Amino acid sequence: MMKPGEFHQRDRDIHPPALTPGYKTSVARSPRYSLISLQNSVSEITGPVFGHNDVDAGDNDLLTNYAKAGQSPIGERIILHGRVLDENARPVPNTLVEIWQANAGGRYRHKKDTYLAPIDPNFGGCGRTVTDENGYFYFRTVKPGAYPWRNYVNNWRPAHIHVSVFGTAFVQRLITQCYFEGDPFIPLCPIVQTIPDADAIDQLTAKLDLKATIPLDTVAYRFDIILRGRRSTLFENRLEGN
Amino acid sequence: MAKHLDYLRESASQTAGPYVHIGLAPGAAGFDIYRRELGWDIAGPNAKGERIRVEGLVIDGMGAPIKDVMLEIWQANAEGHYAHPEGGGPVEEGFRGWGRVITDFATGEWGFDTVKPGKTRGRNIGTQAPHLNLWIVARGINIGLNTRMYFADEVEANAKDPVLNLIEWENRRATLIAQRIERDGLPVYRFEIRLQGEAETVFFDL
Ligand SMILES: [Fe+3]
Repeated sequence: MMKPGEFHQRDRDIHPPALTPGYKTSVARSPRYSLISLQNSVSEITGPVFGHNDVDAGDNDLLTNYAKAGQSPIGERIILHGRVLDENARPVPNTLVEIWQANAGGRYRHKKDTYLAPIDPNFGGCGRTVTDENGYFYFRTVKPGAYPWRNYVNNWRPAHIHVSVFGTAFVQRLITQCYFEGDPFIPLCPIVQTIPDADAIDQLTAKLDLKATIPLDTVAYRFDIILRGRRSTLFENRLEGN
Repeated sequence: MAKHLDYLRESASQTAGPYVHIGLAPGAAGFDIYRRELGWDIAGPNAKGERIRVEGLVIDGMGAPIKDVMLEIWQANAEGHYAHPEGGGPVEEGFRGWGRVITDFATGEWGFDTVKPGKTRGRNIGTQAPHLNLWIVARGINIGLNTRMYFADEVEANAKDPVLNLIEWENRRATLIAQRIERDGLPVYRFEIRLQGEAETVFFDL
């Protein structure tokens, strides 16, 4: 009998460790004991399934999904688009991608955000979509502003969009952040710098995509998301009885 | 068949930050935007099995409840099937088995209603005791933490569970077992998740 293949082990060297003292909040929120490594059972290779009934067509347009009729949020109009692929470079179709972000002034629409930049009455700051059969997704939004945060007294987050993705299995669940090419705050940010690998940071940096830019209308940035891949099941039956 | 030797690398994780609610539970952030937020109804109206409530706290290394956590739950139905093509069998109409909860901003308490899952098939042989799979993200957590919650009233199944038995330190297995109490005739399981300290919860690298 054919058994479903397991997911590739997560390469912890490209992910931030739990304890990163430069990002102070991690100190009291990082487990100290080693993680216990589990091989995949049915609990890990399965995960929630989403469909087009879960989201509405306009949920991916942050320029309009909270704006009053005939109005728009303030800021640079951008398209953020890309594909969700796995480590084997296969597209991940029908997967839920959710984003949230500050407005162009760097302020979140959140009870707990007290930054002095104003709330934009026409900007909610969240969007969601389901990837198509090629793993492709796109959002329309405004480029978020940098904002200060309490870590060291003069820390500023680079412009970023928070991104949440599911994949097909609970082991692929991922939350990350999308940065923008050329932002001088990227190398200065203690949260970005929790990632120990320069290429991995570059992979989280959206690139200007001039070809997808709509002339006289909207600048485009390209951001691909890579989830864990799955082993081939070709010879899996040989393991039977292990 | 073409071989893919040029593997891509998984995107690196980043903290969900303090404003995770805006994206994933905007109602809690204080505004109404989507027709329907996802993850509120785990079991749906038709699920068979025992209706239960699960509650708890996530406690940091200072012993304080964390008030800005988001947890996701992934579970099988009462027959031990996940709502997924490889989930082991069919599930009831409306059973999703996935949920998303956030903590109360003032107290750090979280809780959700669901049905108690059944035993699921083991990786190679045997079965796994009933359990919930949990994923925890928050400000200060750089990569989501995976753990499992087992049920204190499943003594026999827990004793045979392959994952609990994999934990070398027997005293640490108890960190994954929720205690059962009754409130207004409803079974309530209490589960404290400790990020540090002697009773640090077991977390998994899946
Ligand atoms: Fe942020």
